[in-house]
Amino acid sequence: MELLPTNIAMPLIQASYFAAAVLFILGIKRMSSPVTARSGIHWAGVGMLVATIATFLMPGMHNLGLISAAILIPSVLAWWSGKRVAMTDMPQMVALYNGMGGGSAAAIGAMVLSAVVLAAPGSCAPGAETHGHHCLDLTQRILAVVGALIGAISFSGSLIAFAKLQGWMDKTFRFSGQKFFNGLVFLSTAVLGVMIVIEPSMNLIVAFFALALIFGVLMTLPIGGADMPVVISLYNAFTGLAVSFEGYAQGNIALIIAGMVVGAAGTLLTRLMAKAMNRSIANVLFSNFGGPGAGGAQEIAGTQKGIEASDAASLLYMAEKIIVVPGYGMAVAQAQHKMWDLCKQLIERGKDVKFAIHPVAGRMPGHMNVLLAEAGVPYDLIVDMDDANADFPTCDVAIVIGANDVVNPMAKTDPSSPIYGMPILDVSLARQTIVIKRGKGTGFAGVENALFYADNTRMLFADGQAAASSLTSELKALDGGGGH
Amino acid sequence: MIDGWVALYIFMLAAFTGYEIIARVPVILHTPLMSGSNFVHGIVMVGAMVALGVASTPMEKVIGFIGVMLGAGNAMGGYVVTERMLEMFKSSKVPAKGGPGAQKGVAK
Repeated sequence: MELLPTNIAMPLIQASYFAAAVLFILGIKRMSSPVTARSGIHWAGVGMLVATIATFLMPGMHNLGLISAAILIPSVLAWWSGKRVAMTDMPQMVALYNGMGGGSAAAIGAMVLSAVVLAAPGSCAPGAETHGHHCLDLTQRILAVVGALIGAISFSGSLIAFAKLQGWMDKTFRFSGQKFFNGLVFLSTAVLGVMIVIEPSMNLIVAFFALALIFGVLMTLPIGGADMPVVISLYNAFTGLAVSFEGYAQGNIALIIAGMVVGAAGTLLTRLMAKAMNRSIANVLFSNFGGPGAGGAQEIAGTQKGIEASDAASLLYMAEKIIVVPGYGMAVAQAQHKMWDLCKQLIERGKDVKFAIHPVAGRMPGHMNVLLAEAGVPYDLIVDMDDANADFPTCDVAIVIGANDVVNPMAKTDPSSPIYGMPILDVSLARQTIVIKRGKGTGFAGVENALFYADNTRMLFADGQAAASSLTSELKALDGGGGH
Repeated sequence: MIDGWVALYIFMLAAFTGYEIIARVPVILHTPLMSGSNFVHGIVMVGAMVALGVASTPMEKVIGFIGVMLGAGNAMGGYVVTERMLEMFKSSKVPAKGGPGAQKGVAK
């Protein structure tokens, strides 16, 4: 079935793919500034629409009904799920959608490779009349196999990451000799891949995909929840690369460009993430950090000093400059709205209020910013780690809510600490610190926090929401009489 | 079909482009940007469409169908969540009530 004659359709398709590539790049570019970000996703969306419609015009396309159904069904489901997912659950949703992209790239790999097997014997021999998509040259075969491998790993790995973040799966799963076993599985997969490149057969292809999928699972199982932001980011880059390579195998330039742009951007983002945790990507993938019992139990001299909400409110009342340090615990307690209410009260009273965010706050890079934005915090009140650290020495009161490891001064002072070397927010430099915390437990890394024992730190033991609203009402009470 | 060397240049230039446009991104946009780039690789759906379009055996059709479905889920899901996140980013310099854009944002 052909909707347009080939001599009209092909240039139209090529022009559409070109336009899509330009729109994707400009879209991502616009997404990199808060002012233009919203239009960026719209531009990229138009690019996707143009490329999709143009593909229907491709000469020699069959199964158009099947294709339409395969687009419509998941689109409705994804639209519905994407609209109702809570902002705190965004990381696993991104992991899920990303895994689907990887799976799609792997499916393309499976099809182009099996087409070679299914092609009539000898029809792909050198010098023979080529039959379009059925024949792949050596480079195309190699990239089809590599793309399929990466795509399949990204698919099954992302699903495991999704299950872990969703709380469906035990956080870590380890056995002795795991690294050796995983290495063996990867090596076998790679050997099968090489054999497919040399002489493809159906059995080889099936075994290759089975092993690749298993490897994705094995690779993700031992990684702890704290490292998931890096893993999701890495699989995002993986899927981009897989798409690009399969695009080459198919001779589709839109896939090549869009996939490679995402692959490179994703790699950079992954490195930024890993750097913010002071670790290499290899260290995240192959070490056991973030699991139970990772921290040696150090004793800290001194005691944690409690404070009542009324006294904490008077500290805030007297302060000029206040920095709020939110952590994921705040989001878990759904306290960001109440916290913003408190800050609005403080701003009304002429205080200088800022939110300081550590790069790994939340469950994916920049996740905390999204959660604060959802609560209505304007983005220009949010400062990143470097700017915040310059501000802490002149800050009167720092409020730490739901953050722990990212404000632990032992990352600087104690070389035996598992988080030693991780860049932190220097909250301990503020004149006074109020820590809002539910109990005396340790953070993700299972490490004691010296900040909580410091002389100028006061602990407000309460649920995040309750603490923020009682601070707000105590603050209003202080206005009574003299105020307006 | 694209010649090997030309493809290599395209790979390289696209990689630099991806690297450059992300290099100076503020941390506040990392999540939407990751989600947005996640949407962009949903273009894989187009490749799966072509593969399904030339599929003939039932097995090929099944794999192609799954491929297109996964790609479409990637594209649509990626778009919806990215749009939702970016919608929330506001500056305090924009008056909270007044401009039509601001009001739309507050309405949730």
